[in-house]
Amino acid sequence: MTEEKVGAILVVGGGVAGVQAALDIADSGFKAYLIDQSPSIGGVMAKLDKTFPTNDCSMCILAPKLVEAGRHPNINLITNAEITGLNGELGNFEVKIRKRSRYINEEKCNGCGSCAQKCPVEAIDTYNKGLSDRSAIYIEYPQAVPLKYIIDREKCIGCGICQEICKPGAVEYEQEDTEATLKVGSIILAPGFESFDARLKTEYGYGRFQNVVTSIEFERILNASGPYGGLILRPSDGEIPKKIAFIQCVGSRDAQLGNNYCSAACCMYSIKEAIIANEHVPIELERTIFYMDIRAYGKEFDAYYSRAREEYGVRFVRSRVANVEEDPLTNDLFVHYVEDGEPKTEEFDMVVLSVGMRPPKNVEKLAEVLGIKLNQYKFCQTDTFSPIETSKPGIFVCGAFAAPKDIPESVVQASAAAAKATATIASERGKLITIKEYPPERDVSLEEPRIGVFICHCGINIGGIVNVPEVVEHAKKLPNVVYAEDNLYTCSQDTQVRIREKIKEFNLNRVVVAACTPRTHEPLFRETLSEAGLNSYLFEMANIRDQCSWVHMHEPEKATEKAKDLVRSVVAKTRLLETLKKPVTSVIPVGLVIGGGLSGMTAALELTRQDFEVHLVEREKELGGHLRHIYYLPGSENPHEMLKSIIKDIHENEKISVHLNTEIVNVEGYVGNFRTTIRSDGNEKQIEHGIIVVATGATEYKPTEYLYGTDARVLTQHELEENLAKDRFSAKTVVMIQCVGARTKERPNCSRICCGHAIKNALKIKEVSPETEVYVLYKDIRTYGFKEDYYREAANEGVLFIRYDDEHKPKVTQENGKLMVLAWEPILKTWFPIEMGTLALSVAVVPNHDSERLARMLKVPLTKDGFFLEAHVKLRPLDFATDGIFLCGLAHWPKLIEESISQACGAAARAATILSKKTLEVEGIVSYVDEDLCVGCGLCISLCPYGAIEKDERGIARVKEVLCKGCGTCGASCPKRAITMRQFTDEQIIAQGLAVLRGAVCG
Amino acid sequence: MVEFEPKIIGFLCNWCSYAGADLAGVSRIQYPPNIRVIRVMCSGRVDPVIVLEMFADGADGILVMGCHPGECHYLEGNLYAERRIKMLKRLIACTGLEPERLRLEWVSAAEGSRFADIVTDFTNQLKSLGPSALAGEKPDENILSCVRAAERAAGTSRLRTLVGREKKLTEEENVYGEKVAQEEFDELMEESVKEEYLRSRIYLLAKDESISIEELTKHLSADSEIVLRHIVVMKRRGLLKMDRIEGDNPLYTALEAI
Repeated sequence: MTEEKVGAILVVGGGVAGVQAALDIADSGFKAYLIDQSPSIGGVMAKLDKTFPTNDCSMCILAPKLVEAGRHPNINLITNAEITGLNGELGNFEVKIRKRSRYINEEKCNGCGSCAQKCPVEAIDTYNKGLSDRSAIYIEYPQAVPLKYIIDREKCIGCGICQEICKPGAVEYEQEDTEATLKVGSIILAPGFESFDARLKTEYGYGRFQNVVTSIEFERILNASGPYGGLILRPSDGEIPKKIAFIQCVGSRDAQLGNNYCSAACCMYSIKEAIIANEHVPIELERTIFYMDIRAYGKEFDAYYSRAREEYGVRFVRSRVANVEEDPLTNDLFVHYVEDGEPKTEEFDMVVLSVGMRPPKNVEKLAEVLGIKLNQYKFCQTDTFSPIETSKPGIFVCGAFAAPKDIPESVVQASAAAAKATATIASERGKLITIKEYPPERDVSLEEPRIGVFICHCGINIGGIVNVPEVVEHAKKLPNVVYAEDNLYTCSQDTQVRIREKIKEFNLNRVVVAACTPRTHEPLFRETLSEAGLNSYLFEMANIRDQCSWVHMHEPEKATEKAKDLVRSVVAKTRLLETLKKPVTSVIPVGLVIGGGLSGMTAALELTRQDFEVHLVEREKELGGHLRHIYYLPGSENPHEMLKSIIKDIHENEKISVHLNTEIVNVEGYVGNFRTTIRSDGNEKQIEHGIIVVATGATEYKPTEYLYGTDARVLTQHELEENLAKDRFSAKTVVMIQCVGARTKERPNCSRICCGHAIKNALKIKEVSPETEVYVLYKDIRTYGFKEDYYREAANEGVLFIRYDDEHKPKVTQENGKLMVLAWEPILKTWFPIEMGTLALSVAVVPNHDSERLARMLKVPLTKDGFFLEAHVKLRPLDFATDGIFLCGLAHWPKLIEESISQACGAAARAATILSKKTLEVEGIVSYVDEDLCVGCGLCISLCPYGAIEKDERGIARVKEVLCKGCGTCGASCPKRAITMRQFTDEQIIAQGLAVLRGAVCG
Repeated sequence: MVEFEPKIIGFLCNWCSYAGADLAGVSRIQYPPNIRVIRVMCSGRVDPVIVLEMFADGADGILVMGCHPGECHYLEGNLYAERRIKMLKRLIACTGLEPERLRLEWVSAAEGSRFADIVTDFTNQLKSLGPSALAGEKPDENILSCVRAAERAAGTSRLRTLVGREKKLTEEENVYGEKVAQEEFDELMEESVKEEYLRSRIYLLAKDESISIEELTKHLSADSEIVLRHIVVMKRRGLLKMDRIEGDNPLYTALEAI
């Protein structure tokens, strides 16, 4: 192909996956178009209340990403639009789009909302899932990006009020749909999913009984910005329910409806909703979850499930609910179900249906326009070894459209798709981007502090409790404060514009925002300062929401006093803030991948496809890791052939230096400039690189239970697999025991892959020896997503699944050479014996023994279980908190082949956002040694965990700024108090405290 | 009567305890509104001098919070914080202020309810303890001068060096390759704290006007022999000089620190 490629990528769908993909693309030197059918981006995650298992507020962690996408110079948002045609091929697509009319001029609309307040027409609020109303001119939700109103043409009666009201003149009733053609090199599909329409499950009464709601409606009910302001009320009568039932698998695992797959996220979101619900009512709420299997298979999910039962008092009933009836007088609900073989009926005030995921609306049309294949459930067709590729070259997929999945996995796939999509046009990097330029920084060093204070209502989150206008008045009187105002949402895009305007108007040289937490929102406001020509460190936040209004809800006056104290305290610090410079460092465009298994090899190959060189370090003498022990897969793919071809690709790749039999001895340096010592056969050598990918894998638990190691007929699933593959299998009866070494006291979490492994082997047995009886003794079968098909197939093939619990664990004995198991039959409530030829143990996946050593070298954390811990389990699943180090594969948590590949590609994309830059800026919050005070005692050098302090030729301590992480331990220890921790100086901290204690800002 | 509402300053590390406090908010766990949080990047940033400055200015309680041991974002900053707080408690014990007004706790980013529980408990504890002698309009002058002396002592290089080296000496080894027993170190620390505290008191008393050993002995309720010994050391360190002799009593005056 001689035609030039295009250095731009189209991302279809603006949910969390689409947003992440667009950000990764735009941050690594390409242009991204992000198109969404809705008037704003955010997708389903923007509608959620909290996220499991950390109970993070969904909007709080998502909003900064949305805003970042909205303001990124290399992301072009195209909302309220759809794709109508596609021409061309990989490297050179022409995409036709239709942008539907908003009847609002986006350039002019400032999102003030006056129009909506005056609009006389009410329409159903789809964001709140129809539980409340909105006007015909509206935004989807308060934090909407872009914050541009839209007219609901179906509801609008054309009264003309909004046009008269609109000061900027943004309302254009005559606006028409427009067509456009985008030229892009590749395409990423992230259209997400639709919730299952619960009316189709008629027996549960949704749509007929008002107090039967779907889980997504319940999310909105729980949400503080939802229809009932965060109080749980029955839609029928507005009363607070006392008993709520959650019914699982509504529209999932349902062959009758043709939706045999498991929707993968519902168990966890229901547990989350049940836990959170109790905090949204003034009474102790009875919560019952009716389920078939609890599929808590993700990172630390089982611990969350245990807490729900043991700490939060959620009741779990294993039963498929038959039907729900309503008492027409009280609107109370009767749930009919069978437990332990007995039919039962129980009364509830409210029923929540955990609705499953369906393919996105109009997916067939989209597939036809783009020419991609769908699977039997109309999700996107992908393969195990190419989980990101659609059937059409140059078009990639991520998120729930590829298969039902939760948020972190969608984010992982989004980064993976970004890697794949940018790799196809790697030669075009940097050609279509605009580099963000900030106005020159104003020198404020000689100016008196002039502080502007912006105080957020956060809808009603703050303003509903704290008297915000009173806090504004208080702020106005503080020394050096020259301007103060309140905002409905200080984080919204229009407020950023406003802050910039006020900086100019009042010649502000420092800014305080009193709102939520700096942990999520500080970067956003810092950027706003930079855009206004102010040094971004001349900024502080007062946390008057998470640490004030939300935790003192019943004491509004005291909360208001506290908010004033917090604002005063931060103003006192802000007066003393100084301009800081960000140290700049060069980037060595080379990657180091630790671990030569599937994940490591994939990450290495992906990095070379981005044109970077890679060192691939493997401890063993050959590449391949665990994949070497996988002989077959449930489908038709051949893992050994794949492995051979991947290893061949690695060895033939000139950009990859493979280091076998090699250990990491020492890691020095920092993002962009790492220097790592590796050792092979006693020879040490140093390599220099800009990033690190940790792909060290995990290992199999060596069982001590069930006669493993004593009786040769007791095998692990891997050993059974090897026997089956090598024709060494002959047993007439096989028993499999699940959760061996997992979900125990010592190791409370699920190992995720063992259910699938057992079923794969069971199916293989039925294939090679149909007459062999196979029993699977399990706690919960966790074949999430499309893997449910194999579970059903196994059951159809006659594999017997028998559940056990911790009180009735199987008992394995060997008598007179006979290998016996006593299994508990839960319905008949009796033990029964099975004689077996083979006992296969589904053993836990456990962390590598030397993870701890590596973690220490890299200065990255591990979880309680000993797996590597990422920066944020929801939205930064591939990054470590330490810049420039990334994570993928089993080192993160047990996972399947396709998941490892996704993570590896994703880690490569995250790494590319660094390697693609010539220079990087690092944080400016570093410590500083006063040379005149330092006596060179060296205490700070011994305390600094990053080796960031050294002695200069005079014996005086000197800080190596790019290594300093800003903890300040050196300063708090310095015997001569010669070290200042910038942005957290003694003077600043003391001023902060004294402003609280003295009730005034002093000095 | 209006119920006493203690003023609490919380020093929270950004990564764990501040995030835990945020989680308490996100989970809407209610706790008393008495705490005012100051965010620091690491609990290891909390300089003992700052803590004493807050007490001198009337804080009823101070809560320092960091990551659980082993979870520090900066590896071991929290462990250094732990040792500093231990030293601080020794110092506070000298002043007449209740050492339990200072508390160190570990809270992870996932422990919103633990954060709320600790704040609630600490608030209640302070309520039953009553206001700090240094809070309100008329702080107890005597205790205030004691706390100022403690603050000065916390800034001395002797105490700062010892506390900074404690972990290495007791857990790893000293320059001779020996490990110092914790009890031995504690004894040394206890003695050093008392000495530096007394010297700081002497220094501050001698700062405003010349003072005799007899008067110092009264102020400090210490043996004159011990006071004399400290004065000898302080003279040698250039902290004091003899100003003049009145009758048979030499009067001493403090020198500006170099």
